[in-house]
Amino acid sequence: MSLTSYFMEATYLIASILFVLALKGMSHPETARRGMFMAEGGMFMAIVGTLIGAHIVTWGWILVGLTIGSIIGIWMALFVPMTSMPQRTALSHAFGALAAALVGVGEFIIRGSEMTVVTRGALGFEVMLGALTTTGSLIAAGKLHGTIPGKPIQFRGQNAINLIIFLAMTGSFVYFWMHPSVIAAFYTMLGVAFVFGVMLVIPIGSADMPVVMSLLNSYAGLAAAATGFVLGNNVLIIAGTLDGFSGFILSVLMCKAMNRSITNVLFGGFGAVIATASANVGGVMREISLDDAAMQLAFANRVIFVPGYGLATAQAQHAVRELGELLESRGVTVKYAIHPVAGRMPGHMNVLLAEANVPYSQLYEMDQINPEFPSTDVAVVIGANDVVNPDARDNPNSLIAGMPILEVDRAKSVIVLKRGQGRGFSGLENPLFFKSNTNMLYGDAKSTLSHLAQAVQHV
Amino acid sequence: MNPAVLIASVYVFALAAFLGYQVISRVPPLLHTPLMSATNAISGISLIGSLVLAGATHSPVAHILGFIAVTASTINVVGGFGITDRMLKMFGKRKDEGKKAPAAGASQ
Repeated sequence: MSLTSYFMEATYLIASILFVLALKGMSHPETARRGMFMAEGGMFMAIVGTLIGAHIVTWGWILVGLTIGSIIGIWMALFVPMTSMPQRTALSHAFGALAAALVGVGEFIIRGSEMTVVTRGALGFEVMLGALTTTGSLIAAGKLHGTIPGKPIQFRGQNAINLIIFLAMTGSFVYFWMHPSVIAAFYTMLGVAFVFGVMLVIPIGSADMPVVMSLLNSYAGLAAAATGFVLGNNVLIIAGTLDGFSGFILSVLMCKAMNRSITNVLFGGFGAVIATASANVGGVMREISLDDAAMQLAFANRVIFVPGYGLATAQAQHAVRELGELLESRGVTVKYAIHPVAGRMPGHMNVLLAEANVPYSQLYEMDQINPEFPSTDVAVVIGANDVVNPDARDNPNSLIAGMPILEVDRAKSVIVLKRGQGRGFSGLENPLFFKSNTNMLYGDAKSTLSHLAQAVQHV
Repeated sequence: MNPAVLIASVYVFALAAFLGYQVISRVPPLLHTPLMSATNAISGISLIGSLVLAGATHSPVAHILGFIAVTASTINVVGGFGITDRMLKMFGKRKDEGKKAPAAGASQ
């Protein structure tokens, strides 16, 4: 090994250590930024190390690629709004997976014939996972952005067709593995994997996106780790595995938060099934006037805001923060209760509220905040529905039975901000709305909240 | 890939998986979105594989594939780290908390 190669390997080792330290820093908001600087430093070193030590002979493509990529990357980093974070992340899963798949194809072209069985297996995994994650993530990004309808796209025999596509994909993978000389098998696998990615994500509804996002995150990471196996490169294995496991842990957490299994999310077609079944809940929904609601809030001791995705679609983050600050200035204790699947990706709601300058010490997780509802004077539900549906806890026949919820109904009084009287996204009836201590406040969340703030000022 | 290298790689994979599990389960839900975009940026390390493909080979097809891969993974690295930092900057403390702390220290 030449000196430059040793230098390159040393930068890889340091980069690996810095990546792990960076993720360790993520355990607290105060250390997270410092951690990311370490990761950035590690990445920079690894890139420089590669350029010096990898015997680069042609620089043109590299420099053009780095330049174009940096320009687009900087543009994304500066201008993508926080509400679009899920589709931005989905898109970058697609880019990462595409890079892994293309590196795999390149390796196949250059040294496909001389690969050992093991390397070929890793290559197959890399290309297959990379390809299906690329198209799957693009579809997910399209759904999140609204370019593709967010509701599940389903047709008869869908699972059977998907199974056939899956078998064709794995079949060509195995064939390529056994017979490396049959080039067609490799490209068939690549093509079918692209199709499979599309088929995997189109039947999934927007509400299930947190799980899908995490799963695609995991696949993109594993594709990078497989690249590491193909190239015999440890930093790729380490970084890819960290990403893969992070995505895996998040998908398990998201599934728990909805009390569903991953298979159920992928093949269940949640939104479509549930619309047909709805329990009949007797009773009436009581509407409350703006002034009465303001009165309740102004004279409360403890108020908890429960934001759902409706808050984000109404762009009402700043309005809720203003109302919260106003109440605090009157001596009210204000907290925010965040359900794990409140947004379109894990932790999304926290980011949206942080952007609106809500201090993170006021953001509470489900398990922390649930014991506090009984001693809360007013819980304000904004654009959330299923995550506060007491049926999930009380009614074993409910379609969302067993899903952990924010126990808003135990608060002394509840105000629900809702666009209209409809049933909301999942089509489930929510008994919370009919309880005697619940009052409904209809209208656009943003304007309702700012009117509430004005009314509180005049109390 | 010879057996010795394979075994070493499997060790690296297994230990990284274990380490990842330990480290990532300590990340609070508060930071799950930045976590996802950070791990995504970190796995943009496949950039180094793309660089080799685009620059250290002699096949024109590999150059084109490598060029696209370099572009895609650079977007991930630059965009991913940039946006993660932008998010983490927002997770601020309460505005008066920062001011109170030194004041309390001064009075003692």
